[in-house]
Parts: sequence; structure tokens; C-alpha cells
Amino acid sequence: MALLEVDDIQTYYGNIQALKSISLTVEEGEIVTLIGSNGAGKSTTLRSISGLSPIRSGAIRFEGEDISATPPQQIVAKGISQSPEGRKCFQRMTVRENLDLGAYLRNDKAEINSDMDRVFDLFPRLKEREKQKAGTMSGGEQQMLAIGRALMAKPRLLLLDEPSMGIAPILVDRIYETIVEINKQGTTILLVEQNANYGLGVSNRAYVLETGTVALADTSASLRENPDVQAAYLGA
Amino acid sequence: MAIANPTDQAPSTKKYSLDSGIPPIVGKLAFLAIAIFAILMPFLFDPIAGFMDDSITALAFVIMALGLNVVVGFAGLLDLGYVAFFALGAYSVGWFASGFFADANVHIGVTGFITNIPGIHANFLIVLVAAMIVCMIGGVIIGLPTLRLRGDYIAIVTLAFGEIIRVFAVNGDQINLPFGESAKLTAGVNGITPVDQVQLPLPNFADPGIQLFQFGQLNLRPWYWFALTLVFITLFVVIRLRDSRLGRAWIALREDEVAAASMGVPLVKTKLYAYAVGAAIGGVSGAFQASYLSTVNADQFKFSFSIFVLAMVILGGLGSVWGVVVGALLLSLINSYLIPDIFRTVPKDLFGLDFELTDLGFGIFGFLLLIVMVLRPEGLVPERRRQIELHQDIDAGETSFEVRT
Repeated sequence: MALLEVDDIQTYYGNIQALKSISLTVEEGEIVTLIGSNGAGKSTTLRSISGLSPIRSGAIRFEGEDISATPPQQIVAKGISQSPEGRKCFQRMTVRENLDLGAYLRNDKAEINSDMDRVFDLFPRLKEREKQKAGTMSGGEQQMLAIGRALMAKPRLLLLDEPSMGIAPILVDRIYETIVEINKQGTTILLVEQNANYGLGVSNRAYVLETGTVALADTSASLRENPDVQAAYLGA
Repeated sequence: MAIANPTDQAPSTKKYSLDSGIPPIVGKLAFLAIAIFAILMPFLFDPIAGFMDDSITALAFVIMALGLNVVVGFAGLLDLGYVAFFALGAYSVGWFASGFFADANVHIGVTGFITNIPGIHANFLIVLVAAMIVCMIGGVIIGLPTLRLRGDYIAIVTLAFGEIIRVFAVNGDQINLPFGESAKLTAGVNGITPVDQVQLPLPNFADPGIQLFQFGQLNLRPWYWFALTLVFITLFVVIRLRDSRLGRAWIALREDEVAAASMGVPLVKTKLYAYAVGAAIGGVSGAFQASYLSTVNADQFKFSFSIFVLAMVILGGLGSVWGVVVGALLLSLINSYLIPDIFRTVPKDLFGLDFELTDLGFGIFGFLLLIVMVLRPEGLVPERRRQIELHQDIDAGETSFEVRT
């Protein structure tokens, strides 16, 4: 049984259909990437999974359980957490307060503290800036914080939305190294990435989205060799 | 879409700490000193001095502003109809602690001559609880339709709610209730008067000259101490709430709704709690003021009241508990003491003009607000987060997505 199964979902913003038919699966332990151009429906797919944009038809199953109509807070409690598009750190809160909010639904104080240490191990930069306001940090540092904050919910499935967006390349490399490290430590990851080079570089499998549908699905390695993908997304 | 920061360096490495720099012990001692002064202050004045009256009104406004601050300051939901809860709290007194329902003959926890008067007469402490319940229900009713709204639209809905309650209050004398022949919803602009005096289960010291705890029109001290007690309780409650999990959820919601939802903050519940808590506190103040003024009159529940309380919150510092206390005391005392009692004749005395300063009341408030907003936009005693935002160019994060729940 796949950890996450998305079965032919449709999602609308008002009357505008953003997802026409998206089906995908994520197996335990994988990194799966969604690539595609602007407006293809990548972020909407993540928002549908995390309950922020309710789906109109289809089904989403997590560990076999239907979560199509589950509100966001219960989805977080079940083990899916998200680093949203545009990072959305709480700008006026300190790094530590942001991380604390990531653990909002948890009560196990001792474990929260050890998870916080784990986040600081993964992103030493955050430890340095622990008491600093999130809004005073650079884009890359805020992206680290957004990922760390999502990890504080102790997810089994981590959703990452465009971790490379608007960030200096040197920091993107560091963030991607850490994403691989997080996956090695046992967290399954579903990644949305406009920069296909990065996305296909770290993932096992990938889906190419076009105008709200899945255009291609394959292992990342073979997608990198696919001439259409190269032409459209890899700048080859 | 964020714009790439070419250097990707933090603007500054300077630490922006939440610590105020003032040792906590100093703050505690200052609070203790002010509290002791506040408790002993009535002994400096005659028991029926005008300033006592103004101080009691000011304390009632402090409670009101603290309640509004939960909704507007903590949770970031602009509320322009807060007067509704003043009204509901006041009518709780009118309904449950007066002779208004003349067909009824209910007496709960009251003693003395009140027991001989028909109507529903519950002890004021019971009425306070009733007021909180009535207001919480009102708060949830106003909260529900605003759940899918944002910013300005919330403000418009709350504004309408405040007006609806006022119109009901004005026309309530035409609305028959299903029990009793003469039972109406309200007494309209004639007002429900008198209402019962507060009776507390406290020892009444036998000194007839002082009568510390005998509430009455000729001894304002017990009213003052009672209001002060309510202020302290409200302060305790809002500070504990602010530092609780719910408080963190409110602030997260205010900062960024999408991010808060992603963290598992339940938006619906969190917003409704904010409305309910704010409403309940407003109801406490409304009930107290109705009892103190001994009338529940539909003329009291004007839109300008909502704005007045909102001005206190903004002037003091949105989200800042101590700032709101300062803002409420200041505006209330300016309104009921400085302008009418001290500086009323200034235009005539100084400039030979033929009007009184009271005619300029709202003009003066507008001017004060303007000055504060220009010189100190974060309020007089700002909440630290807001101060940092307004002075250090932090992008407060746009919330461009609609969150459905």
C-alpha cells in the first residue's frame, strides 16, 4: 500500500478549475517530485493534499485512509505537514517561536525539544539565529526555517513547495543536501519544484504536470533523459 | 512570488530580541506599586467626588478595551461593532436584575427591599455570568458569517452586527415576548431604570460613616473597588490566554492565516474563541456599566462607542495588554474629566470664543489619534512584535490565498 495515493482529483478556485485530473502515489521512504510550468497545478496539488484547498472530486488516501474531506489541522495530526509556497514564515516571530508553532498540535514536550535540536543540527544557521525575527533573515534562511517548522510537526510525509524559489544558488545547494538528509533519516518527501534540475536531481520518481493533468510519470533518471522534458524543463 | 535577493544575505546580523531589556522584577514592582496606589486612591477623594465617577467609567472602559484587544489585537480580526456586547451585557442586567419583567416574581441571591419588588432579580454575580453567556452566544453568531471573510469585509459585517443590535434595542419596546402580557424585549430609548444595586457576599463593616461595601449613589467607593477587581481579573485572564496555546494560535492567525493552517491551527475554532472571549469580556463591562448607571437605554449603544473603544486599543498599542490599559484610561479620562471638568472654559477664557471645549470632543480625539499615528504608529505602549515591524521594515507576509475549512 502506498503511503499517499491521490486518485483523479479535481480542485477549483471559485469557478476556475486548477486541477483537472491528478493521480499520483508516493511510497514510503521515497522522494517524489512534481515538475511543471507556472499554473500547471503543482502547488494546488500540495494544497489539496494538505486540505488548504478542498478537492471537488476524486480521493486522497493517506496510509489507506481517505483524507479528502479532513480539515487541515487533522491532516497535520495524521502526519502530513507542509512548507508552503513562498515560505510564509511568521515574520514577526523569532526562529524559535516559528519552530514552536510547527509543533502546535503536539504535547510531548521532551520530544519537541529533541526535535528542535534535530532541526538545529540539520540547519545550524537556524541555531545561530534562534532569537532573531524571521522577517529579518534572508530568503534562504527563511526557507530553512519553513522546512524546519514543517519538520516540527513530526511528519511521516513532508510536502515541500518550491524550496529553491528566490534563493541564492549556493543556499539552494545546501537546502537540497539537507532535503536528502531528511529523507535518509526516514521522512518521505513530496516535492514541488519549478527548477527541474534540482527536483529531478534528488528524487526517485517524478510527475510532469501540465494544465492540471499529469502529462508524464516516470523515474527521475529516465525523465532526465527524455528529450521532451529536456527541451521544456531542463533547458537543454 | 518572492523576488530574488541578489546577495541573499540577511539585512543585518543584529539580533532582534523579544526581550524588552527591562528586568522582569522591575516590571513586577512597578505593577505592584501602581496596583496599590489604585486600590488606595479612593481615600484621596470624597466618596461622591466627580473624579471617582470618572475613574469608575474609565475602569469599565479598560475592561471593554481589553476585550476588544483580544479580537482586534491578538487575533487580528477588525471589529467595528463591539458596542453590541456592551448592549447585550447591559440588557442582561435589564432583563435579569430589574423590575422590567413586571409579571415575573423571581428573586435569586438578593436580600433587602429588592425582594419585595416584582420582576426578575438575580444577584449581580449571577447576572455577570448570564451576561457572559449571552455575549458569547452573540460573539459566535457574529463570528460565524465572518469566518470566510478577510480584513475590510470582516469590519463591515461586524459594523452591521453592531447596528442590528442597536436597532433592536431602540425598537425593542414594540416587540412582545411570548410570556406575560406586558413583557417587551427592551424599553427602547426610555430605558430600563432603575436596575438593582450590586449586592456582594461581603461583610458590611458596621461603621455607618464609611460603609465600605454598601453600593449606592452616595458612596462610589465600592463601585470603584468592584470595577478595579474586575479589571484585575480581566488582566489575569487575557494575559494567561495570550501566553497559552490558544494565544499563540491567535497570533499565528494574525501573522499569516495560511501558514497557521499549515501548522495545524484550527482556523474556525481559533477565530470563534477570539470572538467569544472578546464578547464575554465586553459583556462583563456592559453589565457593570448598566448597573452602575442604573439604566439600560438604547441611546447608549451608538456606533461611536465602538469607535471610541477601538481608538483606545489603537492609541495604546494593538495587541499590547498594558498599552490598551493606558489607552483606555487616557481617552476615558480625557473624555469625561479633562475636557468637561478642567478645560471646558478654555476657549472662552483664553480666546474669548463663544463655545465650550466639550463641543469639540471628537475633534480633539481625532487630533490626538492623528498625532499618535504620525509620531508613534505602533501605539503608546506597543506590543514588541508590532514595534519591530513598523520600525525595521519587516515584510509582514502577504496572505494571498483563500483558506477554506
